[in-house]
Amino acid sequence: MMLGAYLAYSLIGRFGAGPLGYWGGVLLAALAVGALGVLLERTLLRRLYGAPELLQLIATFGVVLLIKDAALAVWGAEDLLGPRAPGLGGAIAIFGQPVPQYDLLLIVLAPIVLAAMWVALSRTRWGLLVRAATEDREMTAALGVNPSWLFSGVFFVGALLAGLAGALQLPREPANLNMDLTIIADVFVVTVVGGLGSIRGAFVAALIIGIVRALCIGIGDVALFGSVVSFAKLTLVAEFVVMAVVLVARPWGLYGQPPGPSAIAEQRDLQVPPGRRFAIAAALLMAALAAAPLLVDEYALVLGADMLIFALFAVSLHFIMGPGGMASFGHAAYFGLGAYAAALATRSMPMELALIVAPLAAGIGALVFGWFCVRLSGVYLAMLTLAFAQITWATVYQWDALTGGSNGLVGVWPAVWLSSRVAYYWLTLAIAGGAIALLWRVVFAPFGYALRAVRDSPQRAAAIGIDVRAVRWAGFVLAGLAAGLAGSLYAFSKGSISPDSLSIPRSIDALVMVLLGGLQTLFGPVVGAALLAWLQDTLARHTEYWRAMLGAAILVLVLLFPQGIVGALGAAARALRQRGIGKRAAAA
Amino acid sequence: MKSMASLIRYFPIAIAFCALSAGAQPIKLGELNSYKTFPAFLEAYKRGMELAVDEINRGGGLLGRPVELIVRDDTGSPGDAVRVAEELVSREKVDVLMGTFSSAVGLAVADFAKQRQRLFLASEPLTDKIVWDNGNKYTFRLRPSTYMQTAMLVPEAAKLGKRRWAIVYPDYEYGKSATEAFKQQMIARQSSGIEFVEFAAPLGKIDAGPVVQAMIDAKPDAIFSSLFAADLAKFVREGELRGLFRDRPVFDLLGGEPEYLDPLKDEAPVGWYVTGYPWYEIDTPVHRRFLDAYRAKFNDYPRQGSVVGYSVVNSAAAAIRKARSTDNAKLIAAMAGLVVETPFGTIRYRAIDHQSTMGAYVGRLAIKDGKGVMVDAKYADGADYLPSDDWVRAHRPAN
Repeated sequence: MMLGAYLAYSLIGRFGAGPLGYWGGVLLAALAVGALGVLLERTLLRRLYGAPELLQLIATFGVVLLIKDAALAVWGAEDLLGPRAPGLGGAIAIFGQPVPQYDLLLIVLAPIVLAAMWVALSRTRWGLLVRAATEDREMTAALGVNPSWLFSGVFFVGALLAGLAGALQLPREPANLNMDLTIIADVFVVTVVGGLGSIRGAFVAALIIGIVRALCIGIGDVALFGSVVSFAKLTLVAEFVVMAVVLVARPWGLYGQPPGPSAIAEQRDLQVPPGRRFAIAAALLMAALAAAPLLVDEYALVLGADMLIFALFAVSLHFIMGPGGMASFGHAAYFGLGAYAAALATRSMPMELALIVAPLAAGIGALVFGWFCVRLSGVYLAMLTLAFAQITWATVYQWDALTGGSNGLVGVWPAVWLSSRVAYYWLTLAIAGGAIALLWRVVFAPFGYALRAVRDSPQRAAAIGIDVRAVRWAGFVLAGLAAGLAGSLYAFSKGSISPDSLSIPRSIDALVMVLLGGLQTLFGPVVGAALLAWLQDTLARHTEYWRAMLGAAILVLVLLFPQGIVGALGAAARALRQRGIGKRAAAA
Repeated sequence: MKSMASLIRYFPIAIAFCALSAGAQPIKLGELNSYKTFPAFLEAYKRGMELAVDEINRGGGLLGRPVELIVRDDTGSPGDAVRVAEELVSREKVDVLMGTFSSAVGLAVADFAKQRQRLFLASEPLTDKIVWDNGNKYTFRLRPSTYMQTAMLVPEAAKLGKRRWAIVYPDYEYGKSATEAFKQQMIARQSSGIEFVEFAAPLGKIDAGPVVQAMIDAKPDAIFSSLFAADLAKFVREGELRGLFRDRPVFDLLGGEPEYLDPLKDEAPVGWYVTGYPWYEIDTPVHRRFLDAYRAKFNDYPRQGSVVGYSVVNSAAAAIRKARSTDNAKLIAAMAGLVVETPFGTIRYRAIDHQSTMGAYVGRLAIKDGKGVMVDAKYADGADYLPSDDWVRAHRPAN
């Protein structure tokens, strides 16, 4: 969509801003974005259809990073304000209020596009095939339809419409580099609120969110219960509040269908506790890490502490995502809650105590949010966690008196005896290492098995007497506690904490770490966390276009190791062993 | 004889050259900023720094040593910024730590400087807190703060004698403190019957249509805005379209900075009162010299960011010259009361709160040759727009 705006800007600039040049530019830009979408699908995403769905999301994230830097390189840093649409530059009075003509055009255009989409999907052969392929890809293929080109077609239409939206936005908003971020979250919210797969739902959801936002602005400041409530400030999270309300009331969105009885997809992961060799390897690693201060410089320790903190954060997310089967898009909320609790607690108690108390705040947050979230499943659950995370973020961002607002809180330094870089590194190593070990232990405790049973088949689990929701809820809270501990360690290592520690990018980071490392493995998240932290640090230091490099690195890793790095290593090791057995058998 | 004269003339340069080529350890200036998060401002900023470093090295460096600029991206996150600052201090062993853009990052790095007892030269963050509420012994700030720039617009605004003001602002620290500062100072000047209606818009995501409509419905006499970048462009377009600005004077903080004015092109809102940097209008010898040098080096005109980047390097250089050392404690001592030449004229880092007296230009917007420009621009010296010493003492912790 950002590309659509930029391309339209350039093309209109080339064709001139006459009616023909203008609309020609808009259409060509949309077509070009559509073509790019197909290119991406055929070269990249295609290879990931077999991998976990979330991996495609991560790959898309990598592409976004790449495109953003590419746009910066091609179009420069300055915002580009496009010309107004020819003949539609003015406003006309309706009920005495001036309404921009261009807005009227959009009001007409949106239902037309919507109707066209609906007709295409429900009344044409192409739409029929697309729906069939979405339901059952193999069966469709067996019936002689090539689903490969079908999906490319869907991608083309999707990208084309996104590009069109970007190009149409040009008269209202300059093409700028933050367009992608501002829009992606909104798009997801609209789709999920409406119910996946429902065009009507998406339209209604977009309408509701738009109206709620406009109402919030229109109402402005209102005195309620003796204090002034600013509805205008609510616009920051209006869409997420709407989403939270809708998903709590209707777990599958407004018009979404509950998924049919889920096919039992037993995953053969983490069934056997790791043996003694794993324990020895882990202990050796701990020892090596503990000895690190003797070998490396102080900055490496600072970076090392970061890696350890993120490792704990990633392992906590992995705990609910892997064994728990609950993907969270808002895991940063608990990280941030822990961090803020630590910052606030140090004002009234010694730092050592604050470090212990702080995770409890995150745990309480997880207790409340989790109660709602664990009733849902799949994408809806993930989006509800995101909604709660955004609401938490907005609260922190606005509550100047308590949280310092957008500035955050400063002066959160560790106690004097822990304040040297080496001491803090050891502290981090001990706490993060201990917490990770504990989480791993829980995975193979009866509770961990119950969690996996609930993931693989809620019905069967319930039938043998497992309280499905209670188990999921407990898992959610435990993960929240661990993330909170990581957050409070983070706060003390930086001396300050700001809202960005519980924003969407931080949640995405956690997802990337887990998936890069390998969702079906124990050690994956640790490797993923260390790798991502190292990549971010090194690339930002040594390259100018670090964002594109990071995106490219993520893409390459995702393509090379669809099961994650550790997952791939594990598979390779198994294959080797098997070959060994085969050879021995042959020799015998 | 002639060759003798030229020998004498070139003698200092020759010495400098010898010093440079003798492999003297360079003086390291460690700069961290959110280059990828705010590229429009910071690309120009980086060029400004490069120009200053070039000039210093061509003039023989500092203390006979060449100057080296080490630039890092802090990714716009305070947590990452602190890590990057750690790297600059403990691995690169820089002599001066400087930079940062957003308030959150600036405050986090300032607090890091306090913890590690290192000099930090905050170049860009506008937050008032960095020198007042959260000020510390080790942090100095170059740019005129939100409070100061608002104060520069207040005299004109008060002169109009308008009663009902609509205030629109991006909903974060900068917008909020601009709004607060404006309200306070207007009430102080114009006590009778002034009232304010406020409109907060999420940063970078303003819903311009509804906001403009709500503002029209509020029927204000005048408007004060602290919007910038894409938010400003959307607001201007929607406001013009719906007639919000008709017969209403508008004040916009930062609206005259080329970074935010130039994208508006021929749609720049004529008549707005703004603070900014009209490089085409400034006719002082120091600025002309800077403008020529900048154009010669980059074949482009300077932006507000260029002036800040150029001046921050020169501030660090001036401190090193005054201290005759790169020793951290001596540099901190030298910074208090330090006088620096900048393209805006001579500035001084106040000992009382470590704020520099750099100012900004105040003027009105007009359109010339299809481009937005500031006209009738006057330099507002920062020293004239700061609160009283007593106020500062009451608000700044005693380290």
